[in-house]
Amino acid sequence: MEETGLRAPLPTTASEAGLVACEVCLLLSPRGRARCPRCGSRLHPRKPDSIPRTWALLIAALILYLPANLLPMTTVVTLGRAQSDTILSGVIYFIQTGSWPIAVVIFIASILVPLLKIAVLACLLVSVQRGSSFRPVDRTRLYRVTELVGRWSMLDIFVVTVLVAVVNLGAIATIQAGPAAPFFAAVVVITMFAAMSFDPRLIWDRCSGEKRDE
Amino acid sequence: MELFACLHCDLLQEVPPLAEGESAFCLRCGAKLLNNRPRSFERPLALLCAAAILFVIFNAFPLLTFKKGGLEQTAHVATGIRELARQGMFPLAALVSFTLVFVPALYLLSLLYVLVPASQNRTAPGMFFVFRWVRLLAPWQMAEIFLLGVLVSLNKLSAMARIEPGVALYALAAFLLVTAAAASLLDPQEVWRLWKKPA
Repeated sequence: MEETGLRAPLPTTASEAGLVACEVCLLLSPRGRARCPRCGSRLHPRKPDSIPRTWALLIAALILYLPANLLPMTTVVTLGRAQSDTILSGVIYFIQTGSWPIAVVIFIASILVPLLKIAVLACLLVSVQRGSSFRPVDRTRLYRVTELVGRWSMLDIFVVTVLVAVVNLGAIATIQAGPAAPFFAAVVVITMFAAMSFDPRLIWDRCSGEKRDE
Repeated sequence: MELFACLHCDLLQEVPPLAEGESAFCLRCGAKLLNNRPRSFERPLALLCAAAILFVIFNAFPLLTFKKGGLEQTAHVATGIRELARQGMFPLAALVSFTLVFVPALYLLSLLYVLVPASQNRTAPGMFFVFRWVRLLAPWQMAEIFLLGVLVSLNKLSAMARIEPGVALYALAAFLLVTAAAASLLDPQEVWRLWKKPA
């Protein structure tokens, strides 16, 4: 894969030029059009109500993050004995049995990523609201990584699905999904929507004028 | 020269026609603007037909078999969804079937609907509308995360009993390779370029 030398003869943005780019098919339309003539997506110069919407979703995710981590994720019932595990006690179980690579994967996907995602988006929102012009390239990159990585938190939901399917031997051994599971799934879905509703172009709107051509 | 605006920073920039295999990145923020892929439709189309077959196998055949003493139990993908629903976790069962069955199936069918006519340089009714949904659904298909989930569960379950991988697990791994290859070989702009501006 090679990079091509691109040129920007006019260092302007689409919105300065009175154009709106379709977020799905990239077609440029004059501002004022409601829908993309090519693919039918709604056109907005910027995502609508990006800042309040993203804040609302982040706060909801943060609230749900608590029951998701405090309540049990799975309950193993073997011969009448029941043992409940939270996400964190599951991680500890893997460390104790020596499978620390798996402990690391679950810790990152289930505990660290959702929390970091909420923190990163909150920082980006604050920086945009304060009109910061601090390292816009890096902030945009941070947004891209956050958007890409978030879906992997679904890992724990799928682990529960497999455990529940496989260990289903009636009185001898059963695994049940715990009350934390729906909360946790909600955190993952809501933070995905939060990342989608944030508009990284706002980072650049606030620092336009300076450092436009590098 | 074609004019594009970066979706991550809104910079307008002219992109010269790309050679096969070249990519264009935003000058200001580094986001990927375009990918040009050689023979864009035939190869993804072939791979997607393979993916469709593998997807059926993934859903129809056993995923894992649990063996302990004389006991033996086989689990399919659908077993997990059914068990979650039986335990009263309806939203969870819905989310798992959405990300694992419904979205991948819809994604494959809609891509075939777009790529079959596109490979013959024709258009089908509603083709661009369908292709838009292909792009929007992409983050919601989570088969690759499910594979990681199966591997983690295998480790956890191996302490309890002997677990044998089934055909569906191998089909899933192959499905992921094939769909990843198809996605990276497809150049969406080639589909969009088939659109003719209404006079």
